[in-house]
Amino acid sequence: MRSEPTLPQRTRARFHRRSLLAAAAALPAAALLPGCSDDNRRKAGGRITLRFQSLAWQQDSVKANRQLVAEWNRHHPDVQVRYVQSAWPTVHDQLLTSFEGGEAPDIIHDASDDLADFAYGGDLADLTALLPPRLKRDIPQQSWETGMFGGRVYGIPFLQEPRVLIANRRKLRRSGVRIPTPERPWTWEEFAEAAQRLTRGGTYGVAWPLKEPVSATLNLALSTGGRVFHRHPGGKVEVRFDAVDQVVPRTIHDQLNIDRTASRTTLGMGGSDTLPGFFAGRYAMVPLGFSYRQQIAQQAPEDFDWTVLPAPKGTVLEQGVSPQTLSVAEDCPHKEEAMAFIDFLLRPPNMVRLALGDWMLPTGQEALKDPALRVARHDWTTGTALAGSLRSAPAQSVRGYPEWKDKIATPGLQEYYSGAIGLDALRKRLVDDGNLVLARYQR
Amino acid sequence: MSTRQVSTRQLGRRATVKRTAGRTGQYVALLCYLAFLSFPFLWLLSTALKPPRELGSIHPAWIPEAPTLENFRQAFAQQPLLEAVGNSLLAAAVSAVTAIVLATPMAYVLARFRNRFSRVATAWVVISQAFPLVLVIIPLFLILKSLQLIDSRIGLIMVYVVWSLPFALWMLTGYVRAIPHELEEAAAVDGAGRTRTLVSVTTPLLAPGIVATALFSFITAWNEFFFALVLLKSPEKQTLPVVLTHFLGAEGVADLGPLAAAALLATLPSLLLFAVIQRRIAGGMLAGAVKS
Repeated sequence: MRSEPTLPQRTRARFHRRSLLAAAAALPAAALLPGCSDDNRRKAGGRITLRFQSLAWQQDSVKANRQLVAEWNRHHPDVQVRYVQSAWPTVHDQLLTSFEGGEAPDIIHDASDDLADFAYGGDLADLTALLPPRLKRDIPQQSWETGMFGGRVYGIPFLQEPRVLIANRRKLRRSGVRIPTPERPWTWEEFAEAAQRLTRGGTYGVAWPLKEPVSATLNLALSTGGRVFHRHPGGKVEVRFDAVDQVVPRTIHDQLNIDRTASRTTLGMGGSDTLPGFFAGRYAMVPLGFSYRQQIAQQAPEDFDWTVLPAPKGTVLEQGVSPQTLSVAEDCPHKEEAMAFIDFLLRPPNMVRLALGDWMLPTGQEALKDPALRVARHDWTTGTALAGSLRSAPAQSVRGYPEWKDKIATPGLQEYYSGAIGLDALRKRLVDDGNLVLARYQR
Repeated sequence: MSTRQVSTRQLGRRATVKRTAGRTGQYVALLCYLAFLSFPFLWLLSTALKPPRELGSIHPAWIPEAPTLENFRQAFAQQPLLEAVGNSLLAAAVSAVTAIVLATPMAYVLARFRNRFSRVATAWVVISQAFPLVLVIIPLFLILKSLQLIDSRIGLIMVYVVWSLPFALWMLTGYVRAIPHELEEAAAVDGAGRTRTLVSVTTPLLAPGIVATALFSFITAWNEFFFALVLLKSPEKQTLPVVLTHFLGAEGVADLGPLAAAALLATLPSLLLFAVIQRRIAGGMLAGAVKS
């Protein structure tokens, strides 16, 4: 188990990784007004009111969340939950200012890779002792690990998505390549060969949307045994870029620069940006998150035949994920009630409703068995079959990872994928420069 | 003699051609500029009216093949847009009016009583425009927190007033200076006191400037995002720019149709305001510019 960081360490790390704007906004409150949570604000006539800050944004997902809150409120007149809408692009800064200003919501929806500093900083409640046994049993250990920091649970993982290959089924069939299944996925070599066979005329075999290349590269590298971040017994983390770490980035690089089976124009694109080209037949496959199926189902031309394939396998069929989580603020004076609401929200049928609303996979084993998530339509079955292969993203609990990602890995990988630098130069940057960055967080 | 006549006629024709070409060029340039200015709005309008399948087309069309209002319906169903519009309107209107009420007399003093103090004050106002948001929000956050005005509309309006006041003051000072001093002197000669002169002579002439400055303050507050995000916590108090982010998912994924519909809604008040008062601003600014 890692030792708890000291306060100066916490503060230093926090302000290294935060955006200047948010830190500046939080600073005065942090200095002068710590922890002024107002209990009276939460009670009206003896009734507890908890604020649930949700990041649901798709229509069905917002609806499911609101309905569940309404159901809870109907059955729990003494513990009312207030639905507060927040947004993914601003949640980090908003939470930071909320925590420091003593205005944090009681129940917090976020992603596990955003929790580390809040957890280490003492902003989130340790839920280990509060977890109901049913919930503890229902979510597998590899998912729990995504919400654990220093051996304690700070975030309950409830929705996750594998990275998959969304493919043009007609082109796939016409090329004669073997269609991979979760039981028999492609190896990275087979994937490269398939991309070659699918590249013809004006069609590229694959389009890698690599606007943010780091998480895609690291999470997929888990399939070849690549971890990049290696934790020593003392708790210190070291960056390495060994042969197993290099398989995935090299495959992508070669597709872009040597085989020319991947479109170079999508290098700076986000996932959604590649969809029009995919629908127009310019690319046969696009590696995307499982939830992108919602956009494809909505936007694809009616005669467009698409399918979901598992991501390629290396030595194992594993990949890293950062699930959506639910946490409780340390300042919340009614942690047990907050946990009771979370328990209600994550009951198997409710978890299914949330998963369907977000087109993602539930972490709960019971929910995963639900027939609604085991249908062939929109390839839900492919996703549910992959759920067991999802692991905690190797980098997410590493302090200093965001800085390493922004300053070192993102530009390094972008240059490598564009062909501007070679593998040796990339390795030197990721490892030598990267370890210097991490060292500042581990003094 | 005849040669001279021909050449004069030719010269006249050439001048006419030159004038016509020049005017055509001006119109073409103006049209290009208008197209450039209106492109984002027209694109937003087109996107807001497109069904999802047209949004995913690699060859996007200006005019939707099957225009629909579904994006608007979805946008309103998903988020409390009307409430957000109300909050934004309230914050923008109140802060604009307050900024004008505070800035007008200050601007008059700075423009009319020119001494070392007014020069230093004007310079300070100009310099304050260069301050980044982070420097402003720290003292504001402290003050609002101690006044228990975090998560309060009044607190947000105070911030907007503080934020727009320097520029409003600067703008209005320019407008006051543009009013000939002699008019006020003439009023004084006719027996009007300072207050009467201000009310009956200066203020009517200043009206277009006040309207333009109020419009600027309104739009600044209407579009503002960061203060609203940091200072307001309750969903029922959130302003439109903050609510617009609720149509965005992780990693830049967006619910494009409803987002465009909501964004279109966000641009309308500013456009309507301009449409209603632009003639008055332009007319007022030009009034008296030329001696007849």
